[in-house]
Amino acid sequence: MNITLNNRPIVFEKDILTISEILKLKNFTFKMMVIKVNGKLIKKGQYHLAEVVNGDDVQMIHMISGG
Amino acid sequence: MNFNQIKETLINKTVGIAGCGGLGSNCAVALARVGVGKLIIADFDIIEESNLNRQYFFHKQIGSKKVYSLKDNIQLINPKVKVEAYDVKLDSDNIIEIYSDCDVIVEAFDKAEMKHMIIETVSDNLPQTLLVVGLGVAGWGDNNSIHTRQIDNLFICGDEKKETTEDLPPLAPRVGIVANMQANIVLEILLKN
Repeated sequence: MNITLNNRPIVFEKDILTISEILKLKNFTFKMMVIKVNGKLIKKGQYHLAEVVNGDDVQMIHMISGG
Repeated sequence: MNFNQIKETLINKTVGIAGCGGLGSNCAVALARVGVGKLIIADFDIIEESNLNRQYFFHKQIGSKKVYSLKDNIQLINPKVKVEAYDVKLDSDNIIEIYSDCDVIVEAFDKAEMKHMIIETVSDNLPQTLLVVGLGVAGWGDNNSIHTRQIDNLFICGDEKKETTEDLPPLAPRVGIVANMQANIVLEILLKN
C-alpha cells in the first residue's frame, strides 16, 4: 500500500498495518508521540488496533521536552 | 493593513497561553506589544534565578509567581491588554474551562508529557480551536533547523529534534525564536479574515 507518513509518500508491502506495526517497521521508539490518521487522533492504547490502509495520511509527531 | 488597522482587529481577540516559562513569557510579551486584546495565562511555578537565561522576568522577581509577574510585565509594556492570570497546574479538566473562549491557544510547557496532554485535550474537547505548540528549542545555533508546519488545527514550531538535557540547555536565543514564531503564527491566524 501507498500512504503518506509525515508529508512524505511511503510504500509498505502489506495492504493493512496497525499503528504499532508501522512504528516497529520504521524503528520509531519515541516514548511520547501524537499520532493522527486522516486527521483523527489515535490514542496510545489504540496503537495495536488502529489500522492504516492504502491512501491514508499518517502524522507521527514526536513530543520533545523544552520550553 | 497599517498598524492602526492591525490593532483594531487584534483588540477583539483572545489568545490563551498555557505555561509562563521560556515559550509562554516571550510569546505573551510579543502578543501584548502588538495589541492582542486579551491574554489568558496560567502557570503554577515560581521564578528561579536559572529561569532568567531565557524567560521574560527580572532579577528582582525571583521568588514570585510566574503568572502574576508575567501579568505585571505585560501591563508595564502595554496597559491596554486585558490579562486573565490563573495560578494553577494545568490539566485536561481545567484547560477546557480556562481556554474554551480563546481564538487560539499557545502551548508553552516544558515537559513532553504536558505537550502531549494539551494536544489530546484540545483535539478531543475543543476540536475547532487552533493550537500552536513549540517542539524542539534546546541548545544554540543551527537557525535553519527551526521550522513551522501545520497538521489540521495543530501548528508546530521548533526543530522537532533537540530535547533539553544537561549539556543542551534551553537558552534565550533559540527559545525566543520559537516563542516569537508561535506569536507570529497566532498573528497570521488572527489577521487572516
